[in-house]
Amino acid sequence: MSTSLETPDAPASAEHTPPDRDLAQLGLAALLVVIGAYTFYEATTLRIGFGDPVGPRVFPYVIGAITVLLGLLLVLATFRGDVPQAEGGEDIDLRQPADWVTVLKLVGVLLFTVLTISFVGWALSGAVLFVGSAWALGSRTLVRDVIVGLVLSVSSWYFFHEVLGVILPAGILDGVL
Amino acid sequence: MDSLNLLMDGFGSILTPQNLLFAAIGVLLGTFVGVLPGIGPAMAVALLLPVTYGLDPIPAFIMFAGIYYGGMYGGSTTAILLNTPGESASVMTALEGNLMAKVGRASQALATAAIGSFIAGTIGTMLVVFFAPALASVAVELGAPSYFALMVLAMVSVTSVLGGSPLRGFIALFLGLTIGLVGLDLNTGQTRLSFDQPLLAGRIDIVVVAVAIFALGEAFWVAAHLRRSPVRVIPVGQPWLSGTDLKRSWGPWLRGTAFGFPFGALPAGGAEIPTFLSYVTEKKLAVRRGNDEFGRGAIEGVAGPEAANNASAAGTFVPLLALGLPVTATSAVMLAALQGYGIEPGPSLMTDQPDLVWALLASLLLGNLLLLVLNLPLAPVWAKLLRIPRPQLYAGILFFATLGAYATNLQAFDLFLLLVLGLLGLMMRRFAIPVLPLILGVILGPLMELKLREAMAISGGEVSALWSEPLAVVIYVIVALAIIAPLVLRTVRPAPAAVAVDEGIAVDRSDEEEKVR
Repeated sequence: MSTSLETPDAPASAEHTPPDRDLAQLGLAALLVVIGAYTFYEATTLRIGFGDPVGPRVFPYVIGAITVLLGLLLVLATFRGDVPQAEGGEDIDLRQPADWVTVLKLVGVLLFTVLTISFVGWALSGAVLFVGSAWALGSRTLVRDVIVGLVLSVSSWYFFHEVLGVILPAGILDGVL
Repeated sequence: MDSLNLLMDGFGSILTPQNLLFAAIGVLLGTFVGVLPGIGPAMAVALLLPVTYGLDPIPAFIMFAGIYYGGMYGGSTTAILLNTPGESASVMTALEGNLMAKVGRASQALATAAIGSFIAGTIGTMLVVFFAPALASVAVELGAPSYFALMVLAMVSVTSVLGGSPLRGFIALFLGLTIGLVGLDLNTGQTRLSFDQPLLAGRIDIVVVAVAIFALGEAFWVAAHLRRSPVRVIPVGQPWLSGTDLKRSWGPWLRGTAFGFPFGALPAGGAEIPTFLSYVTEKKLAVRRGNDEFGRGAIEGVAGPEAANNASAAGTFVPLLALGLPVTATSAVMLAALQGYGIEPGPSLMTDQPDLVWALLASLLLGNLLLLVLNLPLAPVWAKLLRIPRPQLYAGILFFATLGAYATNLQAFDLFLLLVLGLLGLMMRRFAIPVLPLILGVILGPLMELKLREAMAISGGEVSALWSEPLAVVIYVIVALAIIAPLVLRTVRPAPAAVAVDEGIAVDRSDEEEKVR
């Protein structure tokens, strides 16, 4: 499931004029069919227990089958001209074509956090996350962002440590904090 | 009056200076997060849930109740000042509220929302105090078949009755059900959809799912479409109500409460329908009085839906506490929270852990009161939060989302799941797949399977056991109606796209919804 989600579907061609068809929806439909089919397939590999008339298979069978069916229905709907009504908002400008590069940068920053948090520790990792995301989203006030990020991450570390009793990893700052 | 005495005992156990401090921190944090644009109450609660994990149950409740009400109020502040409803329940508030703000009456809109929320929340919670024990004593008699039917009802009503496209609703629901399958099957000890990952063998934490789908999904979606022009925020003075405003507000507050509570208490939930009904009713009454300000910022149009929203939120505690059934995204997260505090909601909760239940209800009343006391004076401060530059704002949301998901289990793997599910959230927004059915699917799916297996184990595999209880039969009839009615109506008249701003459509839709009931 993860691999197919890593790449958001092909950039929607024309967001400003509502298209007659949204062929990118077929990607979602394909994903649904794959998820449903795998769920169904995996259920066949499960052992059935004793004294349990329903067993572990029934739910995945039903869910998998219906998910496949929904994928097929979505294909049908797409060709019949079903176009998603994307959600707007004050910070969202749907007239511009989607900017997937920014999204990819954010994904990169988050991936970096996932990979480093265990040994770098929250106080630094969190600050990098903040600065990196702000930069990806177009902020160019680097010094201010670094200060804000450090204050946020160090103070949240202390808040969790002192007030809530949750020990976030200190990482390479172990002993300093 | 037994319930009242128990409630007083509840107050007795929570009223300490330290607990009041936790309540105040909760209200402030909840409002802080709830005010951020694009974050609704469900997301605020999910984001802040880990903050309460290290505490004992009672301080945790109290802080949590504060977060809950703070998040709700923060959501209405954003709706009024920015016209950005964080979730569908505050869409109606945004309509007139934002118009009021534009004509310079933001303070009055915020004040009527705050006081209305307080009144509706207080009345609603008091009704929970009386209804939940009664329902729980009935619910003890209910068997697994009726529970199964109730869950089917909750899923179907959220998926097909609300929202524009049933197909998209069901896609969301089944994605959620699939996520709910991941992990250990308790009966046979086998893992499902876990790809031999030991960390997936436990279920995926609902907090991680909710934070990912709501917060990351939203941040990614905004990142893809960020408006590069500065935001205009309407300045706010000290919220206050003049005598006339007060006179115009109290009717809508009470009527909104009357609409909201029953809808919240029935497992067919959501605040969309009652807020909508309240809006339409107030509008009709205003026309009849010959004093129709609707469309130009009518205070009734804020007071009514806001009260309906809060009363319905309070009402959702009835099925949540008495049946263990969440019917909204917020209550789904709340169920996870209660389980985290060692409370297993359901019919036996009231008899097994009465002291905790009453402490929780007392905390809700206290949180509601503190919200009013703290937030009326602080409103101008919250409004300033809306001016945070967008890159830093969304960076902050990602920061807190990551912190929240990480602090739950301290597993880097949870952050990876967060990222993957966040991309799913992005995809759902891109294709206009609603979020709520997914969250309900994740939380209700496993419960549903449990009840089905329970029912079948008792009946020895006889499928007819599923409709062996009268209540179950009644519910299935309602489910059938809920599925068929919108389909029939849709063929008669195309469904309105989003919110019916136009008054003609608004009145039409209320008729439809009455037919659906």
